[in-house]
Amino acid sequence: MSVRPTRARRARLVEAIMKVVTGACVALVIGTALFVLGKIVAAGLPGISLDFLFSKPGMGMRAGGIFPVIVGTLMLVALTAVLVLPLGIMAGIYLAEYAPRNLLTRIVRLSIANMAGVPSIVYGLFGLAVFVLLMHFGKSLLASALTLTCLTLPVVITSTEEALRQVPTDLRQAALALGATRWRAIYKVVLPAAAPGIVTGSILGLSRAAGETAPILVTGAAFFLPTLPNSVFSQYMSLPYHLYVLATQVPNVPPEITWGTAFVLVAGVSVVSMIAAAWRSVQRRKVKW
Amino acid sequence: MVMSAVLEEVAMEAPFSGTGRSRTYAEGAEEISGSFSLTDVSVAYGNETVIAGVDMLVPSRAVTALIGPSGCGKSTLLRCFNRMNDEIGNVRVGGTITLDGLDIYQKSIDPVDLRMRVGQVFQRPNPFPMSIYDNVAFGPRTQGIRKREELDAIIEDALRDAALWEEVQNHLKKHAFELSGGQQQRLCIARALATRPEVLLMDEPASALDPISTQQIEDTIAELKDRVTIVIVTHNMQQAARISDQTAFMLRESMDQPAHLVEVGDTKRMFTNPNDKRTESYITGRFG
Amino acid sequence: MKVTPTETAGQRLGRTTRRRAAESVVRVLIYAAGLLSIVILLAIAVFLFVEARRSIAEVGLGTMLTGTKWFPTGTPKIFGFLPLIIGSLMVTGVALVVFVPVGIGAAVYISEFSAGWLKEVTKTVIEFMAAVPSVVYGFLGVAVLIPWVKTAFGLTSGMTALTGGLVLGVMSLPTVISISEDALHAVPDALRQGSLALGNTRWQTAYKVVVPSASSGIFAGVMLGLGRAIGETMAVLMLTGNAAVIPTNIFESVRTMTGTIAAEMGEVVFGGLHYSVLFSVGLVLFGITFVINLAADLVLERQRKRWRR
Ligand SMILES: Nc1ncnc2c1ncn2[C@@H]1O[C@H](COP(=O)(O)OP(=O)(O)OP(=O)(O)O)[C@@H](O)[C@H]1O
Ligand SMILES: [Mg+2]
Repeated sequence: MSVRPTRARRARLVEAIMKVVTGACVALVIGTALFVLGKIVAAGLPGISLDFLFSKPGMGMRAGGIFPVIVGTLMLVALTAVLVLPLGIMAGIYLAEYAPRNLLTRIVRLSIANMAGVPSIVYGLFGLAVFVLLMHFGKSLLASALTLTCLTLPVVITSTEEALRQVPTDLRQAALALGATRWRAIYKVVLPAAAPGIVTGSILGLSRAAGETAPILVTGAAFFLPTLPNSVFSQYMSLPYHLYVLATQVPNVPPEITWGTAFVLVAGVSVVSMIAAAWRSVQRRKVKW
Repeated sequence: MVMSAVLEEVAMEAPFSGTGRSRTYAEGAEEISGSFSLTDVSVAYGNETVIAGVDMLVPSRAVTALIGPSGCGKSTLLRCFNRMNDEIGNVRVGGTITLDGLDIYQKSIDPVDLRMRVGQVFQRPNPFPMSIYDNVAFGPRTQGIRKREELDAIIEDALRDAALWEEVQNHLKKHAFELSGGQQQRLCIARALATRPEVLLMDEPASALDPISTQQIEDTIAELKDRVTIVIVTHNMQQAARISDQTAFMLRESMDQPAHLVEVGDTKRMFTNPNDKRTESYITGRFG
Repeated sequence: MKVTPTETAGQRLGRTTRRRAAESVVRVLIYAAGLLSIVILLAIAVFLFVEARRSIAEVGLGTMLTGTKWFPTGTPKIFGFLPLIIGSLMVTGVALVVFVPVGIGAAVYISEFSAGWLKEVTKTVIEFMAAVPSVVYGFLGVAVLIPWVKTAFGLTSGMTALTGGLVLGVMSLPTVISISEDALHAVPDALRQGSLALGNTRWQTAYKVVVPSASSGIFAGVMLGLGRAIGETMAVLMLTGNAAVIPTNIFESVRTMTGTIAAEMGEVVFGGLHYSVLFSVGLVLFGITFVINLAADLVLERQRKRWRR
């Protein structure tokens, strides 16, 4: 009888200590994130002006703005979206609606999971060998967009499949019972119902793609270009690569230009994808079938 | 010779081709169509046979109620009528089911065509996430009807038949999810009726609804039954007695043997004077 | 309203055939898209190999893998991968020391101790951390961590394996935390209640019951974090100084496999030997991450099956 309270007290003490230790881990994570965000906002915001956003870099990128850089990034992302969305959504439909439960499907899933873990620089090598050289697209928007398509595909597939699985079977059956074919039921009923999830998942994937540097480094991003790209076979400037260049390749860049570029990149990529993620979780909770 | 072969082929396709038979209720009323005949029907999920040896007739333009304890295979049998079992995977249906003499499981039959003739209403209301109008228009649009006036007319008819028109005629563009549960279920009935089916399958259509909505659904069924064949699954004995003309009682006596049909017959007779002891005890609520 | 009488049998039949044809076309497209991921993954392996062939033939895989010197532009050219492989492993090792304890600790706190609102906050924070591009982490490291490492450890340069590893550790945290948290979350509450009812504290429950039950998921999270760290390019390229010498401790500059490819691909002659050697580096990298990812996925699959029962 007398042993138990001591042991219980010790257990209580260990629990308190471990709560502090694990809590400190959470605090560390949150602190790091706040530091990243705070530093970029504090140092980057002062450099932001309409002039910065809408003018060309000058004086060896040590002055002026980042207009062509922003435009190049947007063009790259748009082209990637055009390529990856149809493929990714169709593959997601395959997994959620058509795939039989067999070895082949298992291998497809394994491949998708594995693609998500392939290093981005390896995608860069692949894009260089296949799109730039073998297909003769050269270092270009198109070669980069195709490379980013491969890289983004797993994200789009996974979120499409997940969104489709949230749609109750009832709806499919109702459509089939009305004499709709399998595809009509999917296209007219299931896909629209899953659209919010697919859209936010795709935004998440595309914004990650917008922040990638390594794959575009070897497939088409330009160090500096005086003009905007005028076709999919042009080279282009891009925010993440530009930040890399400013931070490591060009000496004596005024800090507000480098930090301003970092700010625009983080605002464009991280904030957009966070809003998408938040919206998705709200949506998930709201839609009760 | 050739001519007769062609004719035979046309005749085979006839029920799906629209020749000689109108989908319009008013015109089709004098024709006898929408009757099922089941011979030795069995259903297996994988290796487990859950229903066996079902023989019955489903008369045209009447309400047939399927009753039986939970898990005896009522929904499974119902899904045989419009081949929805095909969509589940690893389901085998044996025996013969004919719709107006046509074997609906023969190779040349496209289940998609069949389902335009045999509609279904599910246990839980399942409107599509779109407007009331688009919900009801789904079936006709699937059949290729695009003209606005034509669609409008079909939708009004269907909503009237489902006793929902008065309530929604001014809100057709409203999202279907804004309707109450009972209204949603009547919308689903309207949606099924808009394809002009000859048969309407209903799987416990009122079990998720309040008494008033249930009453409305039952009224709708009474309205419809002289124009369309109805097969309804219900757990509610009073409901079966009130609305059906014929009742079929299914029972699975133990888990290691499949369910079978204990008794089929005129509802009044079955509820007053059942032939089988098991029917009597089920109806009077002694088991199930 | 007449729906069908205006149509002939032939017309409706025609529609059925057309509908069937359309349905099969769609089906073919969808199956093709479904199989695309297998094709791409295979294509990556095949093309890495095709481009690496020349270096394998001229230098030899064994020579490259065991060579201790990386001197690609000198005379003679020397292509030994060991400095790069050891550089990658050292940076990853530092990252591992950061993200394993912090990541698992945070996941345990979030799943076992934290209030609902904190869960939401940490979820958002983790999403933010995952969304920040790696070049931004690299840039912050250049601006903040390099000077700090230099003064804190009294070094001549702040570009070290330690610097890169610390940043990689932070970058891998979101992966580790979210997958571990999922695994902990998947443990049925009944197990927790059973343990609490036996008089265990929440920590004892977490330590003795929940974490062991979720161990395979946590392991998978660590593996995926590891994969992310080994494959990460920009941050290490910007932070480790890129000296291609076998390092002896974490305060030295290192050159990783990823950094080498990124830094040197811009200067090589396409199709040349150096180009081909870089593809061999890529092939090694692909092989390592492939094995890691496969292991993680198999473990995750087993865990999924476990709780489905
Ligand atoms: N998709 C399926 N796969 C395997 N077995 C099934 C499936 N659907 C139903 N069953 C089995 O078939 C039997 C009959 O099921 P069914 O749903 O037809 O019963 P029911 O009479 O409609 O029951 P309830 O009154 O509860 O709706 C049950 O034993 C059930 O376990
Ligand atoms: Mg049922």
